[in-house]
Amino acid sequence: MANVSILNATGAAIDAVRTEVAAGPRGKRPKKVLSGRNIMVYGTLGLAALYYLLPLYVMVVTSLKGMPEVRLGNIFSPPMEITFEPWVKAWAQACTGLNCDGLSRGFWNSVRILVPSVIVSIAVASVSGYALANWRFKGSELFFSVLIIGAFIPYQVMIYPLVIILREIGIYGSLTGLVIVHTIFGMPILTLLFRNYFAGLPEELFKAARIDGAGFWQIYGRIMLPMSLPIFVVAIIIQVTGIWNDFLFGVVFTRPDTYPMTVQLNNIVNSVQGVKEYNVNMAATLLTGAVPLIVYFVSGRLFVRGIAAGAVKG
Amino acid sequence: MPHPMSSQSAASKPIPKSSGRPNQLFRNLNSKIALTPMMLVAAVVFFGGTVWTVIYSFTNSRLLPRASFVGIDQYERLWASSRWIISIQNLLVYGILSLIFSLVVGFVLAALMDQKIRFESAFRTIFLYPFALSFIVTGLVWQWILNPEFGVQGIVRSLGWTSFTFDPLYNPDIVIYGILIAGLWQGTGLVMCLMLAGLRGIDEDIWKAARVDGIPMWRTYIFVVIPMMRPVFITTLVLIGSGIVKLYDLVVAQTSGGPGNASEVPAKYVYDYMFQAQNLGQGFAASTMMLLTVAIIIVPWAYLEFGGKKRG
Repeated sequence: MANVSILNATGAAIDAVRTEVAAGPRGKRPKKVLSGRNIMVYGTLGLAALYYLLPLYVMVVTSLKGMPEVRLGNIFSPPMEITFEPWVKAWAQACTGLNCDGLSRGFWNSVRILVPSVIVSIAVASVSGYALANWRFKGSELFFSVLIIGAFIPYQVMIYPLVIILREIGIYGSLTGLVIVHTIFGMPILTLLFRNYFAGLPEELFKAARIDGAGFWQIYGRIMLPMSLPIFVVAIIIQVTGIWNDFLFGVVFTRPDTYPMTVQLNNIVNSVQGVKEYNVNMAATLLTGAVPLIVYFVSGRLFVRGIAAGAVKG
Repeated sequence: MPHPMSSQSAASKPIPKSSGRPNQLFRNLNSKIALTPMMLVAAVVFFGGTVWTVIYSFTNSRLLPRASFVGIDQYERLWASSRWIISIQNLLVYGILSLIFSLVVGFVLAALMDQKIRFESAFRTIFLYPFALSFIVTGLVWQWILNPEFGVQGIVRSLGWTSFTFDPLYNPDIVIYGILIAGLWQGTGLVMCLMLAGLRGIDEDIWKAARVDGIPMWRTYIFVVIPMMRPVFITTLVLIGSGIVKLYDLVVAQTSGGPGNASEVPAKYVYDYMFQAQNLGQGFAASTMMLLTVAIIIVPWAYLEFGGKKRG
């Protein structure tokens, strides 16, 4: 018995037991572990995993090499001498145009865009989704359909009118303008997300609150909000990765000193002046990718749920 | 998606015919107030903006929008422009290949993941992480890997095969495939996830029945499971399709449209004409064509999805 419990302790041990059983004399069972089929399955998945991991590996490895070593040639070889200088340089010294204060400027711009955009868009969308799910009125369904169609219209068709509007208000080129743009284009998908979630909550809750005399905002604040934490997390994931990764709006709606990180990164790496410093470029690329990657690895399954809902955003 | 609750909308009519309520307008007033920002956005930006752009695509606006209409001049110029033609060809090649590859690869990976394998979540994490990265990051990494001097080509050459040539980003004939490699790397994880969700939705009994009848696994997949997953395929198709039309950042990061203009795409044409060449009319016409393309993909799908549900 003790034997069994020890074997159960680690996955590797279980593995061993299974192989033993498979190699044993009982004939019919070996399929389970080392069959040709399993080799095929794990082999293919392993190869695919290699293809997916390769770029990340190359990024990390290149960013830790000095330029002489990069010039020697093999992008796949691990660094002989690890240096963090490219990271420092990418963060604090890399040049875009006349500014030579590195990616840090873009990083902080992105943060200043990200925080208000996420808060405002989620606040507006959750209230709208709640209104559409629980307080229908004549025309609300039609309105909802229009909103969903809006999610599919290519941004290019709506960009210029929006430029005109923002210019008229006087905030074209400022971070505020970009925050408004992100809020607007995040709305359809987030509203859809919240509406479907609220519509899935038991209606009795809503009815009971109504009978007790609660109004629109009271029900939202006291019943719906506390019950919908997971969907808020999903919405935050969608918005943080989406807004951080945005390039098009950043390049259209900001000026060089307010460029978000992605735009600045592209300018640093694809600038035609000077000697190409591939290690600095890769460090900068990793720095820009770090935020969504961290969100991804921390959020795990919720991310999968988020992208399934947010994939419409493309 | 949207309609499961519509039959239960009783909640929205709390006091049906109470004479106390004076006016339809004030029913659910709070709800209407809450939806005002959204309605304004939908009406002004989504609807108004789109209509405005389409209308101004018939003018000869250059630096600033001007309402002097010139009929379909801009469209004639657009379709006579070699750069636009290249953009369309690139988009077609990229679109068709990326649809085929991401569906096939995504499905195969999902089917393999569905074999009750170990380390499933590790594999899933690996296949999906590129999707968290932006197209800019994706483009720049692959620009580096495909660098002819230091990347794949350089390495194979240094192994002794000195005539080996693989420089998609510097060869106008194949540059779009270089972009495709990066695009697939970023996007197939999502397709895999959607397909896997679809496969998990298939009844276990189907598999048992197929096994009892002695049907080999691959035949069960092709003739039973895939037809059953039709809705998942259609949704995925629409998602990938409407994403492909917007292809922009990846090209900007990876090749900036080059070499020459061999890797131009429509979305980049729109941006360049609107904000750099100061030829707004062209930009509007090109973006209207993009809208039309998306409409061709979306309208039949919306009709099937929503029109069908109402009948059933």
